[in-house]
Amino acid sequence: MNWAGKDFHEFKDHHQEARVFGYRVALAFLLVLVMFGLLVARYYKLQVVDHQDYVTRSDNNRIQLRPIPPNRGLIYDNHGELLADNRPSFTLSVVKERAGDLEKTIAQLSELVSIDERDVENFYKRLHQRRRPFEAVPLRYRLSEEEISRFSVNEFQFEGVEIEAQLMRYYPQAALFAHTLGYVGRINEHELSSFDEDTYRRYSGTHSIGKIGLEKFYESILLGEVGSENIETNAHGRVLRTLNTRDPEPGADLHLFLDVRLQQVAVKELDGRRGAVVAIDVNTGGVLAMVSAPSYDPNLFVSGISYADYRALNESRDLPLFNRAIQGQYPPGSTIKPVLGLAGLANGVVNFQTRISDPGYYQLETDERFYRDWKKGGHGTRVNLRQALMESCDVYFYDMAFRMGVDRMHAFGIQFGLGSKTAIDIPSERSGIWPSREWKRKTRGMHWFPGDSINVSIGQGDVLTTPLQLAVMTATIASRGRHLAPRLVRSIGDTETELQVVDEVQVNDIYWDYVISAMEGTVHDPRGTAYRVGRGAKYRSAGKTGTAQVVGIAQDAEYDSDTMDERHWDHALYIGFAPVENPQIALAVIVENGEHGGSAAGPIARKMFDEYLAPPSEAVQ
Amino acid sequence: MKITSQDFVRRLPDSNVQFARGPAWSHRLRVDPILLLLLLVITCFGLAVLYSASGQNELMLRRQGIFFIIAYSAMFITAQLDLQMLRRWSVWLYLVGIILLIAVLLIGVGAKGAKRWVSLGFIRFQPSEILKIAVPVMMAAYFSARRLPPSLADVLMSLVIVLTPGVLIFLQPDLGTAILISTSGLIVLFMAGLQWRYIFGSLAMVGASIWPMWHFIMKDYQKQRVLTLLDPEADKLGAGWNIIQSKTAIGSGGLPGKGLFNGTQSQLDFLPESHTDFIIAVMAEELGLYGVLMLLALYLLVVARGLIIAFAARNMFNRLLAASITLTFFVYVFVNVGMVAGMLPVVGVPLPLVSLGGTSIVTLLTGFGLLMAIATDPKNTSVS
Repeated sequence: MNWAGKDFHEFKDHHQEARVFGYRVALAFLLVLVMFGLLVARYYKLQVVDHQDYVTRSDNNRIQLRPIPPNRGLIYDNHGELLADNRPSFTLSVVKERAGDLEKTIAQLSELVSIDERDVENFYKRLHQRRRPFEAVPLRYRLSEEEISRFSVNEFQFEGVEIEAQLMRYYPQAALFAHTLGYVGRINEHELSSFDEDTYRRYSGTHSIGKIGLEKFYESILLGEVGSENIETNAHGRVLRTLNTRDPEPGADLHLFLDVRLQQVAVKELDGRRGAVVAIDVNTGGVLAMVSAPSYDPNLFVSGISYADYRALNESRDLPLFNRAIQGQYPPGSTIKPVLGLAGLANGVVNFQTRISDPGYYQLETDERFYRDWKKGGHGTRVNLRQALMESCDVYFYDMAFRMGVDRMHAFGIQFGLGSKTAIDIPSERSGIWPSREWKRKTRGMHWFPGDSINVSIGQGDVLTTPLQLAVMTATIASRGRHLAPRLVRSIGDTETELQVVDEVQVNDIYWDYVISAMEGTVHDPRGTAYRVGRGAKYRSAGKTGTAQVVGIAQDAEYDSDTMDERHWDHALYIGFAPVENPQIALAVIVENGEHGGSAAGPIARKMFDEYLAPPSEAVQ
Repeated sequence: MKITSQDFVRRLPDSNVQFARGPAWSHRLRVDPILLLLLLVITCFGLAVLYSASGQNELMLRRQGIFFIIAYSAMFITAQLDLQMLRRWSVWLYLVGIILLIAVLLIGVGAKGAKRWVSLGFIRFQPSEILKIAVPVMMAAYFSARRLPPSLADVLMSLVIVLTPGVLIFLQPDLGTAILISTSGLIVLFMAGLQWRYIFGSLAMVGASIWPMWHFIMKDYQKQRVLTLLDPEADKLGAGWNIIQSKTAIGSGGLPGKGLFNGTQSQLDFLPESHTDFIIAVMAEELGLYGVLMLLALYLLVVARGLIIAFAARNMFNRLLAASITLTFFVYVFVNVGMVAGMLPVVGVPLPLVSLGGTSIVTLLTGFGLLMAIATDPKNTSVS
């Protein structure tokens, strides 16, 4: 080691060097003390001065408030049959924070579970919505058992992917009640942005919301109250234990007036034709059946309907998504006549003795126009109101309407709910049109002409009604003027909904007797237009047929179904109630393009009366 | 064998005064009992914390225990060394280390883009561990043979000795170790009596060069990396995550701590590197400020004892080596404890005697073995 010993010969002042070294050691030690002091100060600041802040931070790290979704209220029919159920459904979900490379994960998953482009697209959409950290985002709904087992075997390969069991809405009756129940679907961006803070809280943990029908109308009742639990998780989001829990309150169950059997009869009798049926309990206003045909399966919408399925439904000419019972506005045709007959009697325009001659047409003195009767050659020379109702004589009503005038007709009709919404407990109802002078001036900017009154008298022209309105009108006749608001829900949980009287129509009892008797004659008198409806029945019912023009027929042209498009054929209508002496059920039936009320719509009413008044199970005993 | 300078020094009249000699057993075993006791207390303390930090993993504890047995054995063996022989052989030790460092760069193995290991077939080791001993030894040997305070030429030569391994390790890349090894060399330079004008002069030069470096030489991404190093919390999910979590662990511990095994930050895996570099955060969370103060006090006592040994040593090689080992140990403690608390940039430095680690523990205790050899050098004087 030459280099190490080289300088040895030079003068080396050991004392001086030792002294310098000693100073440096002392200096170093001083420095060490100062730096230890800095460390202590730093730890003091963190652990004593800012202690509380860091305790909060530490708790926020490990404790998470997790919502527990409430069970949605169930919906039952009048006999306790389940119409809307919650069933466990298995969802494949991904926790983004734990999954790492999402694209790779999804690619690997699609080898085990069928995942199409739409699932992936929706997954990314949900991922970018407002979301809590470590919240699992659904990728595929309704896994089959086979898919669940295939995934479970390989689960260890997928960090952050899990199968979640959730309760999902299920409609066991499928298409039978689609329009009335409506359906729930995923909460969309638009709905989410309309939530206020409290609503947002209530829906934490809940993924679906009522979109239409009862599900929408009673959303806040069905939803229930969200619960919560404080859970401790580790850094990987794994739940270690539950610290405390507040149980959710399930939503209230709905018990409806609707009757599965009655509904089934209506659908069966419609037999694939387009149309609507509404049946009402005369004593309560409860809706016993509400059919709109064709229908669709609401279960398709629960987890998100596929684009192709939705397009097929939405673009169908038959409008399956359209609820004809409350949204379909049809000319009521002759079914309006009992109300107008009452109006004539009540206003003294006609009496029981009033008779007219019906040559098959009617003409105003001021007008060249012929107002035809549906029956060529007319109903004879001595037609009274009873005959006019039973045989549906148009000319009698033309004459009466002309003499009564629109104001009195309008005022009388609105007492039966014509021209306004019935306030049924599902959304999207339409009001129909019960025209008046004012209405015509406002919407058409025109005066009311006598010819307008004549059109109204047979339920044509500007008059439009929904099947529900016709049913309410019929129930009001059946109960002799007690106009009840229709309702679908009999009780919410254990609380009965209230019967609501909208109006009491004040008409002399003998007039009620007269008109109802005429309607009874329509069904049971061989001359009545609905004689076949009443033949052989064990009870007496009252009714009225109707036929509504879909397209206007030119003055000199004839209606000829053979030469016309089927969709231009007349609509067939029927209203009725039974039994006459103690009315229980009132209904309105419309069969689109069914042509004749008596033959197309009437038999449906008959089957429903049969079902409701003498249920097969009881008939056997 | 030729007479060395140290033999000569030993025979100086006032150099052989032996006041209170240590107990005979410890001196014969060449063990400093006070230092040994302190190290053992810290070791036991560290094992307890590690057991908690590892999630009460007995396997990990046993592994660490075995490393400690090896490391203490290495310490006892090192303590028997003839320091003069070490001084003579220092250059060879140093050169072997440099060659291995070059070998690492050429044929080394490692992970995450860093090559730190050399594989000898049956064993893999980090040559930088050798330099942790070799650099202070080499520097001490260099200056012990020179007139002090060092001349400019000696200073420049010593800088070459220090910076050669520093740069090689930096290239692996392992910035933390490079800085620490360079520091251990610079400590020798400082203790050898480097003139203040050089110290202040170089500090001024470094300060003056920062501005032009920043504005004219460094690229944006490099600046970004420096900024992240200086303020990790700006990068909340990357480097900042560790610091935020460790500060949360420390702060939430408070004065008494959450209790051993009860730290939520560490036990629930929020704290990264909890059994290696960030282990003091576990301790601070579970044992509180009291625990931290106790550990820091033990470290301070070790440093004090080491400096006493250095002060009492009777030749310059022993003095410089003892001071370097002791102060380097302190730098490890300071950098680690400060880094975890967010005072200093995050560089990979373990907490001495507490963090999980194999070779680093062996190296550390080998260093303390040298310190004990110095304390009990039979050719020197004993210290009390």
